[in-house]
Amino acid sequence: MLDTTYNVETPEGIDLRARAAGPVPRILAFAVDVFYRTLILAGLGIGLAFAKTAGMGIWLICSFLLEWFYPVFFEVLRGGQTPGKKAFGLMVVNDNLTPISWGASIVRNLLRFADFLPFAYATGVIAMTLGRNFQRLGDLAAGTLVVYRDTDKVPMALPDTTPLPPPRNFKQQDQLALISLLERHDDLSEARQQELANLLEPITAKRGRAALEYLRAVGSWLLGGRG
Amino acid sequence: MRQRDFENRHRDSWAQLETWLKNDQARAEVATLDLPAAYRELCQQLAVAKERLYTSRLIDHLNQLVTSAHHRVYRQQTLRRKGWLHYLVAGFPQAVRANGRVVALASALFLLPALVMGIGTYNNDALIYAVMAPGDVLSLESMYDPGNRVLGRERGSDTDLAMFGFYIKNNIGIAFRTFAGGILFGLGSIFFLVFNGIYLGAVFGHITRVGFVTTFYPFVIGHGAFELTAIVLAGAAGLLLGRSLVDPGQHRRSVALRLASVEAMKIMYGTFLMLVIAAFLEAFWSSSTAMPIAIKLGFGALLWLLVFAYFALAGRGGSSHAS
Repeated sequence: MLDTTYNVETPEGIDLRARAAGPVPRILAFAVDVFYRTLILAGLGIGLAFAKTAGMGIWLICSFLLEWFYPVFFEVLRGGQTPGKKAFGLMVVNDNLTPISWGASIVRNLLRFADFLPFAYATGVIAMTLGRNFQRLGDLAAGTLVVYRDTDKVPMALPDTTPLPPPRNFKQQDQLALISLLERHDDLSEARQQELANLLEPITAKRGRAALEYLRAVGSWLLGGRG
Repeated sequence: MRQRDFENRHRDSWAQLETWLKNDQARAEVATLDLPAAYRELCQQLAVAKERLYTSRLIDHLNQLVTSAHHRVYRQQTLRRKGWLHYLVAGFPQAVRANGRVVALASALFLLPALVMGIGTYNNDALIYAVMAPGDVLSLESMYDPGNRVLGRERGSDTDLAMFGFYIKNNIGIAFRTFAGGILFGLGSIFFLVFNGIYLGAVFGHITRVGFVTTFYPFVIGHGAFELTAIVLAGAAGLLLGRSLVDPGQHRRSVALRLASVEAMKIMYGTFLMLVIAAFLEAFWSSSTAMPIAIKLGFGALLWLLVFAYFALAGRGGSSHAS
């Protein structure tokens, strides 16, 4: 399947679904993190310049910690999100979709160096595109995965219609198609919706605005609305 | 049941769970929620919603809710019956001994090139220039020149601190890279081990040939006990990763790699600690010239002895009871 969904069956017997994040948002997120890190280092550099040589030592230690442990810190303590990942709605999880632990996070970030080779994360990007779930080498070794953190979906606002019962011999598939049309009534333009409604002229015997109104009414009935 | 009725029936419990999940810190007001029960109910509702082919938006919403609750219910935690103290006293040396063959291989990859280059540069004064630029050779010589008191003068403590930072960043970075390179079928680790071996061997041979023995050896012997062994161990940890890919045994490569990384990390945590100790010694002890050379050599030899005794003996008694 050409799909980025990632399913995990939980002990409760349901399939949890997540969408694996591809190279592009991850590279962008990484760029944001690099920006923040540079900012911190520059700030520290200015602050520690007053401490002369001793400040240099502290600055070097900080830069070491930032280089290797900045992602670890955020991934474990901030729900799998470095600031960059947060900006792009990504999060790191274990491959059973549980929160990432210290061990796994340290492994995936130590192996970052191997992913970086020979330059600009070439190995990592190749590994990501070859694998099923966009895992770079560090992810493979640590058993982790970068997924999209779904944003809250607003509950669907139904269009204001009086529900009408569906016509006879209306199959389940037809019902589903109708409901998803209703569900997307905010995302599709009115003209396109009417166009889609026109396709059903053999069943509804209506065209244009009237057909759409009718389909909405039926959809609302199917969802449980009563006139 | 129609979707709308279903939604109406459960809307309150979903909202309650949602607020509970969001208010992580301010738990006091909604602390009455029984998370496992609420989570099980939610799972059942998601299964029902999927079975009844409710709208994808509702299913997405429930899936998202289940995922967040799942994150709270399940946390992968390594079952550590014994804490880090046990790791230091027994776990680390045990892990090193358990992978003795790989550690031996890493040592050979490091020491053999070092030996060859050491003997080579000792006997041939031009060979050093094969691995180092002439400028670097000059600065290396001046660093350990007994007549030159640059290293000899007692540095201020602020310089020590600066050097400590430098050693932390540089040396631990090298060790981490040596480890990480191992995932490329072991090639990266082999490269870094051999490269560092050649470089170090060349420096040792050259300095000995030039005759700066009285400054060089007292300087390196102390932290070398930790630093050189740590580089070898980091290489060994990397080789473990590489071996799992080259020869995964009974497992699939991805599984073998996962298992190997757990094993390798047992070595890497200790290696990290050893490198911090090495950086500390190198910055604050090795550079000091107030100590007589005999004491520095003696103390350094003692450290080597300690390190080897630690890996050879520590955690032997407890191993029969563990697991």
